[in-house]
Amino acid sequence: MATAHSRIAARFMLAPAVLMLLCWMIVPLAMTIYFSFLRYNLLMPGMEQWAGFDNYSYFLTDPAFFTALKNTLLLVGGVLLITVIGGTLLALLLDQAMYGQGFVRIMVIAPFFVMPTVSALVWKNMFMNPVNGLFAYMAKAVGLQPFDFLSQAPLASIILIVAWQWLPFAALILLTAMQSLDREQMEAAEMDGAGTFSRFIYIVVPHLTRAVTVVILIQTIFLLSVFAEILVTTNGGPGNASTNITYLVYAQSLLQFDVGGGSAGGIVAVILANIVAIFLMRMIGKNLEA
Amino acid sequence: MGQITLKQVTKSFGNTDVIRPLDLEIGEGEFVVFVGPSGCGKSTLLRLIAGLEDISSGQILIDGQDASHTPPAKRGLAMVFQSYALYPHMSVRKNIAFPLKMAGMDQAAIDAKVNGAAKVLNLTDYLDRRPGQLSGGQRQRVAIGRAIVREPKAFLFDEPLSNLDAALRVNMRLEISELHQSLKTTMIYVTHDQVEAMTMADKIVVLSAGRIEQVGSPLDLYRHPANKFVAGFIGSPKMNFVTGPEAAKHGADTIGIRPEHLKLSDSGWAGKIGVTERLGSDTFLHVHMDGMDTMTVRTEGDTALKYGAPVHLTPDPACIHRFDAQGKTLA
Repeated sequence: MATAHSRIAARFMLAPAVLMLLCWMIVPLAMTIYFSFLRYNLLMPGMEQWAGFDNYSYFLTDPAFFTALKNTLLLVGGVLLITVIGGTLLALLLDQAMYGQGFVRIMVIAPFFVMPTVSALVWKNMFMNPVNGLFAYMAKAVGLQPFDFLSQAPLASIILIVAWQWLPFAALILLTAMQSLDREQMEAAEMDGAGTFSRFIYIVVPHLTRAVTVVILIQTIFLLSVFAEILVTTNGGPGNASTNITYLVYAQSLLQFDVGGGSAGGIVAVILANIVAIFLMRMIGKNLEA
Repeated sequence: MGQITLKQVTKSFGNTDVIRPLDLEIGEGEFVVFVGPSGCGKSTLLRLIAGLEDISSGQILIDGQDASHTPPAKRGLAMVFQSYALYPHMSVRKNIAFPLKMAGMDQAAIDAKVNGAAKVLNLTDYLDRRPGQLSGGQRQRVAIGRAIVREPKAFLFDEPLSNLDAALRVNMRLEISELHQSLKTTMIYVTHDQVEAMTMADKIVVLSAGRIEQVGSPLDLYRHPANKFVAGFIGSPKMNFVTGPEAAKHGADTIGIRPEHLKLSDSGWAGKIGVTERLGSDTFLHVHMDGMDTMTVRTEGDTALKYGAPVHLTPDPACIHRFDAQGKTLA
């Protein structure tokens, strides 16, 4: 099969696709790096000047940057925590034999198909709104003061919304992992005297580690760049209480018209994402090896 | 300890009766083998005894105590599964220690027991490996080790050797038999392989379609099968059956002759040699008979006969089994 001849042919045929993907990635990255070294303000077009590392030093010393960094990590960590634990419990439920199993499983994935802006708006206007929202209605029904989620606890509310979107993803991956667990192993544990809880801790949880790793890695990539949910709910506010790095880059380039500073922020975000990736691979990457 | 009694036990899944009302007595220290073709309910029966399936009706007594609805862990039985069912993320040591840990035994006692079991099973060098790093035979021994440390009233084996290659299977067969001799614990062993049943059992239970066909010692079943099914199932190569006028001569609907009880002769039933299978010690001749089904004959290793050569066969008159129209053995 794999003769030298066929390998050369394969390389030739792959080359266009590889080159195209490379350009697709390299051109925007190169342009971002280039802009990050310019003084480039959209209000003063044609006045670009070389700025050296000024953009970086402004961005990194901006107090908003540290808030945004903290918010980003809280957002990623919080959503991961909720989706992994909640997803495992949900998968346990879905794994039980019940009437209408297929239909329920399809319904569970539904939040994942709702686009982020829509689901965030639904949460904002129909659930969390302090006047018309369902939660406010429920609070009033029992005689409590409605809680204004998005201004009192903006970041926590956004974590809740994003976690709601990602919970089905985690639950489904973990459910398939759970279904691949050898039934005889569970029976052996049962005969060995392990109760339901021990079986979960000693047999199910270790079996799920690989799936959890996949969930964490994939979700981290997407959660580092959460944007739409923030834009349509809090606009990063109040103040910058719910601004993450992605939103800060947006604010810098398109609200303050500072493309140079925004590009520097973008590069910082890329570097941070890589640092997170390295840490993650160190910590849990070994789970992926067979 | 280790006496198991089944009284009128049944099991049905929906409308399908997997186990018909069934009585069975398993004595203390016995090695009992459940054997039968696939789908005869032998594994289900084992799982009923283990408690992994609920019985539909009837009673299971373990050491005289009604255990019909006792959870599996409380029955004091240990099971070795077909897939071994080792815990892949635990070392061999932790696998063997798992039931003890679940029983809440203290660490020193666990270590002593695990080391003891490892020694018996030649696993001492592998205690820190994961199951994935072991060969099939070693995994099998770990599974047995996990069963031994619990000191159960009885061991249940569910086709434990079916995933091993032929040579290893013969070895493990011996090892399990040795283990039974040294532990003297009741063992119940499920297999579809009649050779395993014959070589290992004190008592064989032949099952078919959820019913017990016959219970007895290996040689008892071989010499005095209760019916045609048992006669055909026990013994290798299979018994030859003859119907029609030849059977009628013996006053039966069907007669059966084992391959080892047929002799090549100058006169008798005529036929032509088919395929010959040479095992070295024996040769199996498949003979296409005139007016009868193909018969298998067991002869000495150096029998030299060409394909298609005409032969005559004579049965040993003392070893003819006679069956009536329902397949029952005629006395």
